[in-house]
Amino acid sequence: MTDSINETLSGPAVVPDVTNTAPEPEEHAVVFEARDLNVYYGDFRAVRDVNLTVRQHEVTALIGPSGCGKTTVLRCFNRMNDLIETARVEGSLTYHGIDLYDRAVNPVEVRRHIGMVFQKPNPFPKSIYDNVAYGPRIAGAKKDGLDETVERALRSAALWDEVKDRLKASALGLSGGQQQRLCIARAIAIEPEVILMDEPCSALDPIATGRIEDLMTELKSRYTIVIVTHNMQQAARVSDRTAFFTAEVNEISDTRTGILIEFDRTERIFSTPSDERTEAYITGRFG
Amino acid sequence: MALSTPARTATTITPEVVRARLQGRRVDVGGRIFRGALLCALLFSLGILAILIFNIASDGIGVLTSRTSTFVNGTLRSLPSQAGVAQGLRGTFWIGVFVVLFGFPLGIAAAIYLEEYAPSSRFTRFVDINIRNLAGVPSIVYGILGFAILVDTLGGVTGGRSVVSGGLTLAVLVLPIVIITSAEAIRAVPSGLREAAYGVGATRWEVVRHHVLPYAAPGILTGTVLSLARALGEAAPLILIGAVTDRLGSNPSVIDVGSLTDRFTAMPNVITTWAGQAQSGFRANTAAAIIVLMLIVLVANTAAILLRNHYESKRLGH
Repeated sequence: MTDSINETLSGPAVVPDVTNTAPEPEEHAVVFEARDLNVYYGDFRAVRDVNLTVRQHEVTALIGPSGCGKTTVLRCFNRMNDLIETARVEGSLTYHGIDLYDRAVNPVEVRRHIGMVFQKPNPFPKSIYDNVAYGPRIAGAKKDGLDETVERALRSAALWDEVKDRLKASALGLSGGQQQRLCIARAIAIEPEVILMDEPCSALDPIATGRIEDLMTELKSRYTIVIVTHNMQQAARVSDRTAFFTAEVNEISDTRTGILIEFDRTERIFSTPSDERTEAYITGRFG
Repeated sequence: MALSTPARTATTITPEVVRARLQGRRVDVGGRIFRGALLCALLFSLGILAILIFNIASDGIGVLTSRTSTFVNGTLRSLPSQAGVAQGLRGTFWIGVFVVLFGFPLGIAAAIYLEEYAPSSRFTRFVDINIRNLAGVPSIVYGILGFAILVDTLGGVTGGRSVVSGGLTLAVLVLPIVIITSAEAIRAVPSGLREAAYGVGATRWEVVRHHVLPYAAPGILTGTVLSLARALGEAAPLILIGAVTDRLGSNPSVIDVGSLTDRFTAMPNVITTWAGQAQSGFRANTAAAIIVLMLIVLVANTAAILLRNHYESKRLGH
């Protein structure tokens, strides 16, 4: 754990556009706590000994070069890795103190509280309305009130004004950026506590990316956000805390295992990283 | 052969030089020959089909136009001018019903299990390989299977040499094809769609029911209907099951469910029987029966294409 409580900033932030520089006097409540988290795909260890704390109403960014296991770690948080047959998780991962991988925990219920936005916009081949309404519907939402839920979710995702006149039109007719915001609305519609975002802007142009980043800053007052990104500037702009991962190469088996190098407040990671590998990465010397 | 990489010589770039470079005089001989060969292959296949259809139509259309009613409503007779295909139509109709009611749901269910539920174990791979092999088993072998199990062992239930036995045998015959094509269609569903549904808290069943199956429906339909066409055209297994080829006394109406356990015949068997008759009048009858069978298959295929288009437009989110 490099994350220490009541950390005060030492030295000025070198990244100019950090939006959340004011250090908060008290820490937010802990949502996720990963202790010595290891993820295996069959015999292959994809991630080794990750210790990480995600706090409420913050944006936590997972950054690092390709193949360093950040997406794998993200997918542990809503048990998406369960869908990969060979995936296995060791160590502990708690959600509000409850072990997420306890036998009694139902992964379907986990995903109703921990929503996810994927790398590639993946709207259902349905209408815009049905995309957003799908989650509430399978959760048993009544027909009346659904219109408001859809509108609220679309407004929260800053998409309402663009689509309010064509809710019945196919979601596949939207632009890439609109589709991704629709996916965010779809995740919001089930009123999750946490939203996981797996490189949500990697398929988008800079303008659409900017809109999604603004959205994240808005949404964190109501949700807890964990975002995977390979874009350091994005992490610096939107996140409160940053976890820097890298991959260690096993020479014998020629495989790469992700390790967490450093986890701290974003300002610190980008101004005074304590590990030279972090510094090398954020200054663009590797990765 | 002129290489496209320009030589690094110090020629001045003038419009003439550029034009000469860009226009080129190289004729793509190999490509043209290949294209011609492909076109020939297409025309050859279509040509053979056209000759077949023309041949059959010219032979059989007379029967269909001059005595439509007696031909469609008539029974298997030894007199060519009175013989008709009513019993064959009835058998083929019920075979289609059995294939659709038993072969399709079983096959599609098996494909869903294999693709969505089964763990990727050695056993699953073993089953998968065997299903692929079963698709290549000659249809006559299925006839033997049907005879041994449905006619002999389960004769008390199926009525022995009945359309129930024949229909179920052909349902089993198409199972491997239905499973393979359905599994391919399910495998082609983008993983992003599954993840999206799981991501909002859908159960596995909801993912399959709401997203995987609708997306895979056009592919599943195409495969299953092709297999239906195959089942309707099979004569060999039905001969073993005991489809009547000479004369069938009873001629119950199509919807007479009670007589499903009686002796039966089907269109392919009517056709093979008539084709072997010495009397010249049966030649025209055979052709006419073939036309009728082709029309049935055509109707089934058209229905499938319409359904597929419906699901495909749904896949675009409309």
